[in-house]
Amino acid sequence: MATVHSPRPRPLSPHLSIWRWRPNMAVSILHRATGNAMAFGAVLLFTWWLLAAASGPATYASWYRVAHGWLGLIVGIGFTWAMFQHMGSGLRHLVMDTGANYEIHANQRSALLTMAFSVIMTGLVWALVLFA
Amino acid sequence: MSGAGVRRGTELGRVRGLGAARSGVGHWWASRMTAVSNLLLLTWFIVSLLRLPLHDYLTVVVWLHQPVVAVPMLLLILSVFYHVRLGVQVLIEDYVRQEGTKVIAMLLLNFYVVASAAAAAFAVLKLAFGGPGA
Repeated sequence: MATVHSPRPRPLSPHLSIWRWRPNMAVSILHRATGNAMAFGAVLLFTWWLLAAASGPATYASWYRVAHGWLGLIVGIGFTWAMFQHMGSGLRHLVMDTGANYEIHANQRSALLTMAFSVIMTGLVWALVLFA
Repeated sequence: MSGAGVRRGTELGRVRGLGAARSGVGHWWASRMTAVSNLLLLTWFIVSLLRLPLHDYLTVVVWLHQPVVAVPMLLLILSVFYHVRLGVQVLIEDYVRQEGTKVIAMLLLNFYVVASAAAAAFAVLKLAFGGPGA
């Protein structure tokens, strides 16, 4: 049988452990990670914020205390970055849906661009929140 | 359809290349539509929040009381939660192997999304119609 004479184990299938890290695959997994983190994190915080406002000043005050503490700052900056990263890679996906940007170098460049976009936009928004 | 006589090949051969048999491209398409509406509505939301002088109770409640704010907020809730529902479904389909577990995961996802969206929309409507307290 062919398998007996195999000189060495053949690669099974594309898998995290045999891929070399590249911007395009990093952005692909970041898209999924940020999207699902927001689905169960940012979305709940958003709903909590609205419910707190609708429940009255006392409830809102308890939300406000948490949001304006150091934990709120870290979580806020984290989800702002997650949103802009997901937005950037989402826009890249929309471009790729048209059949464009599949050439390897352009594809790697646009992947890096989404990361630059998310970091710059997060910095910009939080600079405005904290210092404007 | 037009005569069984013209059909050739096996069942598999005849459906091959015709796309998914269950929901087809609908999920993919809805995901893209809501991605674009999320982009527009979230841009509005972020710019609006940055333009608010403070985020204290009165500022937020007076802000949400306006129809030009409440309506886009309701659209944002609809668009974001629908997009969440579609996106997490893909995660479940990719990682949950067992059919029974998959059904339960989808059930919980639908409950989670619909309940949160209803709560968020109710909060907006309460503030829009109820007004800023006093």
